[in-house]
Amino acid sequence: MCEDHPGPGGQESAAPEFSALLEDSAEDLYEHAPCGYLSTLLDGTIAKINTTLLGWLGYEREDVVGRRRFAELLTVGGRIYHETHFAPLLRMQGELGGVAFELKAADGSRLPVLVTSTVKTGTDGQAQLIRTTIFDARDRRAYEQELLRAREEAERERDRVQRLARTLQQTLLPPALAEVPGVQVAAYYHPASADEVGGDFYDLFPLTGDTWGFFLGDVSGKGAAAAVVTSLARYTLRAAAVHDPDPATVLDRLNTVLHHEYRGSDPRYCTVVQGHLRPGGDGAAVTLATGGHPPALLIRADGTSAFVPVPGGQLVGALPRARFATADVLLHPGDTLLLYTDGLTEARTQGRDRYSEEQLQEYLADLAPTTAPAVITAVTGLLAGFGDGVEDDTALLALGIPLPGGDRP
Amino acid sequence: MCAVSMRTRNNVTVTGREEGPTLLLAHGFGCDQNLWRLVVPELARRYRVVLFDHTGAGRSDLSAWTPERYGSLDGYADDVLAICHELDLRDVVLVGHSVSAMIAVLAANREPDRFAKLVLLTPSPCYVDDGDYRGGFSRADIDELLAALESNYLGWSATMAPVIMGNPDRPELGEELTNSFCRTDPAIARVFARVTFLSDNRADLAKVTVPTLILECANDAIAPPEVGRFTHEQIPGSTLVTLNATGHCPQLSAPEATAEAITAFASGQ
Repeated sequence: MCEDHPGPGGQESAAPEFSALLEDSAEDLYEHAPCGYLSTLLDGTIAKINTTLLGWLGYEREDVVGRRRFAELLTVGGRIYHETHFAPLLRMQGELGGVAFELKAADGSRLPVLVTSTVKTGTDGQAQLIRTTIFDARDRRAYEQELLRAREEAERERDRVQRLARTLQQTLLPPALAEVPGVQVAAYYHPASADEVGGDFYDLFPLTGDTWGFFLGDVSGKGAAAAVVTSLARYTLRAAAVHDPDPATVLDRLNTVLHHEYRGSDPRYCTVVQGHLRPGGDGAAVTLATGGHPPALLIRADGTSAFVPVPGGQLVGALPRARFATADVLLHPGDTLLLYTDGLTEARTQGRDRYSEEQLQEYLADLAPTTAPAVITAVTGLLAGFGDGVEDDTALLALGIPLPGGDRP
Repeated sequence: MCAVSMRTRNNVTVTGREEGPTLLLAHGFGCDQNLWRLVVPELARRYRVVLFDHTGAGRSDLSAWTPERYGSLDGYADDVLAICHELDLRDVVLVGHSVSAMIAVLAANREPDRFAKLVLLTPSPCYVDDGDYRGGFSRADIDELLAALESNYLGWSATMAPVIMGNPDRPELGEELTNSFCRTDPAIARVFARVTFLSDNRADLAKVTVPTLILECANDAIAPPEVGRFTHEQIPGSTLVTLNATGHCPQLSAPEATAEAITAFASGQ
């Protein structure tokens, strides 16, 4: 303060500027401060209010002091918020700031404000009264309304994108799997993101009278560009399988098509398991060819399990001439064959490690003898347990021969 | 998937006299079990006091909240019963504040044998006026409340969402949360506000068979005296006690009188 530090000539030269300020009494500052002041008893009854706030509200002092509670100056909705949120929090914390309310003026107009309150305690620590400061928030509220509108617009837009992605995704997956006599089939698709179309795909479809074709694959990338490749891969695989059901030949065709379409600056490739299935006797004969894809897992009725080794199997679409070979598997009653994409085996587990093919084998072998739907349910549960750890899309397709007389022995 | 324990899901706390009769305290809309903090010490001298956060409130497991299950008060009543089952609580004196008074009514009507007594603290079976019935509010008032919630959550979502959603990589955020009461996810608060203020449980009152105390405040803008009287008249054999207190939360504004009234009724004096 000036009095404490009378520098040489300082007080004299500062005096004219400060004199107006020194005449500004605390009382006048309280009454005409550029914000509203209000003191209430603990039950909210208004004990003191400044002229600024009375002016905003259009009330006379005697209309409110001792007659009204603070909450009664608020809109009804604001009053509920006050009673259920503001008052309890203020009691518990002793202070609360920046809360948005609308005041109702005498003429019925509404004034958006920001309210801050503190509880004044006596020397004994007992709460005595509540002091409240009120700021005019008309401009701020208008700005916030704009933000809210923009947020709602963004949310609507996001809904639209998700709907689009969902619809597109549905067109890339079969609406229903073909029924194969004597074979139980089940499938599941887990999209990693609601905003983007995933790159995984599968299908099961009739070929000739006694043979069914199936495939499951994963296109590099995601989003619209990947969806185009998925679509191309799906109809190429189906058309090629009808023409020549040998799975290695089918993959060879897809390789030629992808390599031809996407050579140059934007190479696209995929990993695929392609196969056909021929029911007979009490089981089914399966022939598989893979191109760069994780091996199918076979769970035998007796509890043994193995990954089906398929020789060769290069990435489809990456090289002009890729080599694919086939492997044969006989499914007996109680056996289940699971095809999956690496979204499952590369998911991060709770410990943040990647789940592995070995862990999957161990987990599913315990279910034997099992069924295709039971395997899909078990793996779906596993995926749910990983939660956010599933970073990529995951497609599952299971083929199984039911045991005679029911799902489980 | 394995069932999540209610203890964890609803952040159940048990305190007080281990061998004492059980008081189960259910908080209302707008806060969490913290709201009972001023009455717990007194109640704990006599009773085993069980506190919890409704799913979606306080430190409950927010991932367990779905708009379907908690789109009606029945979902909350299911939780109350599940807590009783899991902790094997019997002869429970269930104290429900505000909207939880009606949750308590629903739970007690479903399993009357589980409960010895009900204490309905500032209850309202229906907040919206309907014909001759005066709940105190109109539909437009409730929409106004939703707008008030919305404007007070504006700055919330971005900064608080990761905390509320549980963020194991940033434990310091959890620390911050423990220091602030009654934070709620805006999406959850919106649904809870609707359920709270648009539910009509008037028809459930007559079905109450458990001895019931209605504890109201002399000045309560949310549950006015005529609503307390209505609740009292509809619940057969109920007792009505009016506290000389202001506001909707007498456990904060008049903790001694509130604890005393609960104790007097619970112990049958």
